[in-house]
Amino acid sequence: MKAILTLDNLASGLVTTIWTPVFIAIFLAIIAYAFWPRNKAAFDEAAHLPLREE
Amino acid sequence: MSQPALSKSMTSGESGLAVVFAVTAFFCLIASAKALDAPFAFHAGLSAAASLAAVFCIINRYFDRAAALPPAEINGRPNYNMGPIKFSSFMAMFWGIAGFLVGLIIASQLAWPALNFDLPWTSFGRLRPLHTSAVIFAFGGNVLIATSFYVVQKSCRVRLAGDLAPWFVVVGYNFFILIAGTGYLLGVTQSKEYAEPEWYADLWLTIVWVAYLLVFLATIIKRKEPHIFVANWFYLAFIVTIAVLHLGNNPALPVSVFGSKSYVAWGGIQDAMFQWWYGHNAVGFFLTAGFLAIMYYFIPKRAERPIYSYRLSIIHFWALIFLYIWAGPHHLHYTALPDWTQTLGMTFSIMLWMPSWGGMINGLMTLSGAWDKLRTDPVLRMLVVSVAFYGMSTFEGPMMSIKVVNSLSHYTDWTIGHVHSGALGWVGFVSFGALYCLVPWVWNRKGLYSLKLVNWHFWIATLGIVLYISAMWVSGILQGLMWRAYTSLGFLEYSFIETVEAMHPFYIIRAAGGALFLIGALIMAYNLWMTVRVGEAEVQRPVALQPAE
Repeated sequence: MKAILTLDNLASGLVTTIWTPVFIAIFLAIIAYAFWPRNKAAFDEAAHLPLREE
Repeated sequence: MSQPALSKSMTSGESGLAVVFAVTAFFCLIASAKALDAPFAFHAGLSAAASLAAVFCIINRYFDRAAALPPAEINGRPNYNMGPIKFSSFMAMFWGIAGFLVGLIIASQLAWPALNFDLPWTSFGRLRPLHTSAVIFAFGGNVLIATSFYVVQKSCRVRLAGDLAPWFVVVGYNFFILIAGTGYLLGVTQSKEYAEPEWYADLWLTIVWVAYLLVFLATIIKRKEPHIFVANWFYLAFIVTIAVLHLGNNPALPVSVFGSKSYVAWGGIQDAMFQWWYGHNAVGFFLTAGFLAIMYYFIPKRAERPIYSYRLSIIHFWALIFLYIWAGPHHLHYTALPDWTQTLGMTFSIMLWMPSWGGMINGLMTLSGAWDKLRTDPVLRMLVVSVAFYGMSTFEGPMMSIKVVNSLSHYTDWTIGHVHSGALGWVGFVSFGALYCLVPWVWNRKGLYSLKLVNWHFWIATLGIVLYISAMWVSGILQGLMWRAYTSLGFLEYSFIETVEAMHPFYIIRAAGGALFLIGALIMAYNLWMTVRVGEAEVQRPVALQPAE
């Protein structure tokens, strides 16, 4: 029987080619979101969230 | 007594769960009778008894409760569900002391092997997983469940989802601990580090964990606060990733459904790779992400300061998520694992420096403008020192993942020292700090019974950690250097037993450090017990209540 779970199969083809740029793009988008000037006020408010509750 | 206006009937959850447990009890009884080995018979019997107890508790609770379930809000304010949190907090303290005690016993066994008592049940090989599981999963797990159920309610301003479900999670989780722990003592293990429980315990944990995820998610979904607070992101990452890791690492085929032994689905290096992908991410998502959630909620709350940088917390979160999952192969340097995989693990481990230290800085800087509180509040001091230990062990970890360093450190006590600076200093202290906050909050006390006792706990435990980790550093490096020492003729300079002999004094120092840590925890348990026992009016004057030392 041919083994399915081999390193060759896991690390071959399209998967290895595209995940690096995709993950980097997602991460860059997250950094942009975190530093977007318009989000600043909402984040500053969120930082106070534990102090606001009753 | 006022009669309930509504006609009382069982919810579908109550009746359904009672029936499921009744059927489970029946099948467990059959499994116990047909068991192929004694531990399996014991576990099946235990499960049958626990299932019957669950049926009794569900029905008893139904007769005791009012016709209507507790309301989600009272006078427009959330009616928080604190019962399961109290249970988990209590169990955390119980398992913590049990786990630290077993740790002290095995540390003493290494120094004085006669303490094995020549009995299988008390041998080092069986007690060690009992220690690691008790401190990580039983103590740490209950702290995480208790704090997550508290934080998600408070930061979402909504009552915990579910009626019986939260109780199913906390009691079911502790039953898993019981099965796992007694299994180790009886010799039931699948021999995977931090994943020792056998197939039936794994299946039960899967059910409990999915219930945990659902309760947590359902609470977030019905939140009144539009923003999902960063601590909840960390908790969610912890819950989801542990589910994935548990399923990924544990596919195994039991020899028989009536026996405890099973065989893993894949062998060799694939199994090793899966095991350490699991093992390191248990560190990353159980011992790091979950406890970082505690940091992001409890430090601002205790210091009464906002999070230093919420932006940094978002980047901290995602950087940790993206990087941690790749670091596992550093546990398999210089093994049959392909070289590129080892280098990949090392590279990602080094990159982890950045989010780790970003998070540490964010936690520490939250004290901006409140540094003076470190002098007066030993609970805050405990939380802050835990973050300092987090910074220290996340500096040491990446360094040890570098292959050249690892060639010296691996298989030596240095690793044990590293693990304990993280476990005692970071996870232990942040848990202690969180429990010191949580117990007065959920039991409605004005404050702790005694801050002076917290101070004692802090210094005794800190001294214990310093003794422990410095002894293990010296012992580990000594051990590593002795192993690689050659004579001028090219022979190994030291026999193995000579290295063991050289480590003996450090083993005694380590055991002394562990004893101090345990004493600190006992002081804490007394303090928390008295906090719950002694009423609010009395805790207003804690100075007058100092016990005679």
